[in-house]
Amino acid sequence: MEANYAPLWESLGLDLDAHDELLRVLGEGYSNIFLSQKDRPEGMAYFDFVMSEVHGLRIKELIDGQKEGRKVIGSFCVFVPEEIVRAADATLVGLCTGADFATDEVDKLLPRNTCALIKSAFGFKLGKVCPYIEAADLLVGENTCDGKKKSFEVLDKLVDKLYVMDIPQMKSPEGRALLKAEYARFKKAVEKLTGIVIDPARLRNGIEITNNKRRALHRLNSFRSADPAPISGLDALLANQVYFYDEPARFSESINKISDELEQRIKVGEGPFPKGTPRILMSGCPMAVPNWKVPWIVETSGAVIVGEESCVGERGTQNLTDDTGETVDELMDNILDRYFKIDCAIFTPNPDRQQHIEEMYERYNADGVIHYGLQFCQPYQFESINVEATLEKKGIPALRIDTDYSVEDVGQLKTRIEAFIERIA
Amino acid sequence: MLCAGVDIGSRSIELVALDNGHVATIRKVETTLDPIAQCRRLLDGVSYSHLVATGYGRGLLAGHFRAETITEIQAYALGAQQLFPGCRVVLDIGGQDTKAIALAADGRVKKFEMNDRCAAGTGKFLEIMAASFNIPLGNFGSFALNGRKGIAISSMCTVFAESEVTSLVAKGSRPEDVALAVHESVARRSVSMLKRVSVEGPLVFAGGVALNPCIHKLLVEAVSYEVIVADAPELVGALGAALYAANMA
Ligand code: SF4
Ligand code: SF4
Repeated sequence: MEANYAPLWESLGLDLDAHDELLRVLGEGYSNIFLSQKDRPEGMAYFDFVMSEVHGLRIKELIDGQKEGRKVIGSFCVFVPEEIVRAADATLVGLCTGADFATDEVDKLLPRNTCALIKSAFGFKLGKVCPYIEAADLLVGENTCDGKKKSFEVLDKLVDKLYVMDIPQMKSPEGRALLKAEYARFKKAVEKLTGIVIDPARLRNGIEITNNKRRALHRLNSFRSADPAPISGLDALLANQVYFYDEPARFSESINKISDELEQRIKVGEGPFPKGTPRILMSGCPMAVPNWKVPWIVETSGAVIVGEESCVGERGTQNLTDDTGETVDELMDNILDRYFKIDCAIFTPNPDRQQHIEEMYERYNADGVIHYGLQFCQPYQFESINVEATLEKKGIPALRIDTDYSVEDVGQLKTRIEAFIERIA
Repeated sequence: MLCAGVDIGSRSIELVALDNGHVATIRKVETTLDPIAQCRRLLDGVSYSHLVATGYGRGLLAGHFRAETITEIQAYALGAQQLFPGCRVVLDIGGQDTKAIALAADGRVKKFEMNDRCAAGTGKFLEIMAASFNIPLGNFGSFALNGRKGIAISSMCTVFAESEVTSLVAKGSRPEDVALAVHESVARRSVSMLKRVSVEGPLVFAGGVALNPCIHKLLVEAVSYEVIVADAPELVGALGAALYAANMA
């Protein structure tokens, strides 16, 4: 890192020593896992740069923006509608929750059987190492799984800027009405925070910005059905992870550039892995930065990941928001329509997700599905049993994995994943 | 030229080398703290054209020798298949892990399960228990066969189970009965793993623990299909690796 960001970090109240340590580990992991890959698309250089400046330049941009009145809103879930945030010239950032940190402190506040994702959010807060949490003007929590719902009660005591959004649990008319009311309330809160009244033009603009990011990823993903896959699953995951905090226009442009490259690559049959490499669809819990453990094991065990059925992946980005509408109400309904389709496991029942997994398996020409569950994640672990059984019944090889962010099970996971790859090869 | 398979386990390393499909060489060494030196010793003087490594140390070997790797799952499936064509499920209880592997009719791996992070239900568990009874591991099974049923070891954790055993004996239970209970706890875990992968036999029992007559007997009692123990059950993995090597040649 070239520039000296220490004063910036200090002004955000970060613990500089701990933060240095985090950056060191992150940098090391990144170079071992990403930079060591072969035949990456050249466009990935942009993401290497973004990652090296993830706590630097991007934070500076956000803070500079704040000085011009651009608010920053942090979220933990893809149910927080980005369109509304962008409509008010504010920035939405997804908070990284992909590594263990300050675990001793976390254990004092949360029960042991809390998923690693939630623990990580607290670890970053308690360890004072996340500039995004500190820089945000508003943090949005959502009542999704029980773990998050209850943990936000605890988080509320640690920060003075938490806003909690209620989320339905059923795809019923009543559930829809609840989400509609909550999105209206959220719009008001954003207007109050920013001092901007969201009119139809602004909302359309917010939809446009957000859709463009999604379109860019859709295009990139479309090339992954080719054999050989033109991009590794790790690099594609990284693009999906960066989606959550990069400047939208720049992000879309960079993704489009990579896509142009991928288009060329598939014409000449080029890719990081040879043609015929076994192809894996990942499905399950979200993988936030810097959670690269399982994809790394998969792609160093002789397979390539061709799709991710995940909130950091297609579950999060799959549908566009319709931008036709004259009034704020019409456009808000379009937003509601789009988000109400998200097939998160906190819904009951949740048949769309199973369908989506099978549809992705076909579309990406996968050879098998690995279901990634975080330990203590009830919604996804519950669904994983049926997902595995249903896939196997249809002749689709499936492997169910339950893990966390520690490295102690890497050897065992490697054996299980390699054996699965042997099975489908 | 030979086709060699090496199985690097936590306790021992086995070598099987095939010459035109016939077993030409069998060797076995302890793993020790320097498995690579042990592998050198094992392969010393063996002139092979293809080498395949399996077992938890497979990556280590591949880093030092020109070798392909396959998982223990595939190695045991191949080995068992060769010894007993038509077998449909393999149980391997080794030094630090236990695996149950269901095979399709064509011999492909259909589904598998492994024990999770700890040593409960593995060879290591039996080894530690035998030591606390002060009985050589090789005799522990026949000792337990003299036991009477009725005691249950409730703890899965090796450390807690050990103190449970000590206190049962101290309270006057017959050591044979307690030893049987220890074996029952291992067998129970294996059977539940088997049930999760398959309902069909015949079963090939492999890995070092297959030599334990008490576990064998308990297994036969618990499942409805035929149970076959390989002659040299600890070599099944190395044999599978050698077969894989022969297939590449
Ligand atoms: S998995 Fe569910 S709760 Fe988690 S981010 Fe996705 S939608 Fe939100
Ligand atoms: S991974 Fe599961 S338990 Fe953890 S926050 Fe997401 S839905 Fe909740």
